[in-house]
Amino acid sequence: MTISTKLLGIASAGVLLAGQLALAPVASASGPSMVEEGKNIAFTRKKGNCLACHVMAGGKAAGNIAPPLGAMQSRFKSKAELKAQIADATVKNPETSMPPFGRHKILSDAEIDKVVEFVWSL
Amino acid sequence: MKHLLKKIAMLAVAGGIAASAQASPEADREAFQNFYKNRFASVPMEEYPNGVYSIDPVGRENWEAIEEFPPYEPFIDEGQAMWEKPFANGKTYKDCFADGPAIAGIYPLWDKKNGMVITLPLALNKCREANGEKPLKYKKGSINDILSYIAYESRGQKTNVIIPKDDPRALAAYEKGKKFYYTRRGQLNFSCANCHLQNAGMNIRADRLGPALGHTTHFPVYRSKWGTVGTLHRRVTGCNKQVRAKPFKAQGEQYRNLEYFLTYMSNGLELNGPGARK
Repeated sequence: MTISTKLLGIASAGVLLAGQLALAPVASASGPSMVEEGKNIAFTRKKGNCLACHVMAGGKAAGNIAPPLGAMQSRFKSKAELKAQIADATVKNPETSMPPFGRHKILSDAEIDKVVEFVWSL
Repeated sequence: MKHLLKKIAMLAVAGGIAASAQASPEADREAFQNFYKNRFASVPMEEYPNGVYSIDPVGRENWEAIEEFPPYEPFIDEGQAMWEKPFANGKTYKDCFADGPAIAGIYPLWDKKNGMVITLPLALNKCREANGEKPLKYKKGSINDILSYIAYESRGQKTNVIIPKDDPRALAAYEKGKKFYYTRRGQLNFSCANCHLQNAGMNIRADRLGPALGHTTHFPVYRSKWGTVGTLHRRVTGCNKQVRAKPFKAQGEQYRNLEYFLTYMSNGLELNGPGARK
């Protein structure tokens, strides 16, 4: 990927993010949105506990073991690819410290889908 | 993990250590210590017995303040009383441990007769049972008093675990402990090494991960989280639970072998127990 397309990717991620933020309040009319539910799961210590290792917007006192989560849509080709990484990060990197949330059933498939929606929005 | 071990071995070579083709405990120890020397170049070796406070300046300030009025002191006093009080048969711990109470430096040791690693808590209970006393529990309670006293009296001794060459079972026990250390376990899939070697110095939430080097020098430990003094095996039980693995029995074979390996890695470091941790 060239630098200019990367920048374009980040820029478009920003536009998408802005779009989702604008839409968020609408979803609350019928309960929390997938993104909000995903955020709750990601931030809850007994669930995703993603802040143990990843810095991300809206999270406090995050760890620094793993890369900060941002501009995700320029880092992953699709939600499916992001989901695969959350489900079992050891596939891409056997040395990773990241728990295999899907393979070890730390989160259910439905919970991972929600986390994917949230992380994709970062 | 193989890859990580290779990396450590490479670091050892880079550090000028002639790593033999066949790994030996001594080559393992040199590689292990060199790994930290390389990662924390400004930290002198004699700092590692201070655990995470050797690499966490903010945590260290709090710790130094706590150490001004050490929370483990009453436990040392209780332990001294235990050491001196005769058993029902009139004998004392001194009858089992002629060199006591400053005996922490010789443990854990290989017991050739029984073919097993003997830790200090295990030796203390063997003494009690030989004198008709009930054994003490291995994680909580008064075993920590006598361990605090012995640790305090042993301060300044150097960690010096010996793996006798004339008994292959000793090396096998060490190898089992080493394997335990590097094996991922639990639902969260962490090995001891993932956190305390691979990620030592990084932050997990707001907590800094301490180096494994020096982990064994300061037990038993007064942990603010516990509000009391606890044993090394209590702490390891907590680690296993944190990664959602089923803990093994305190003083069972797995944890004794783990202690044998882990303490060997700190050979040369000064004993400074009992310690205080948050």
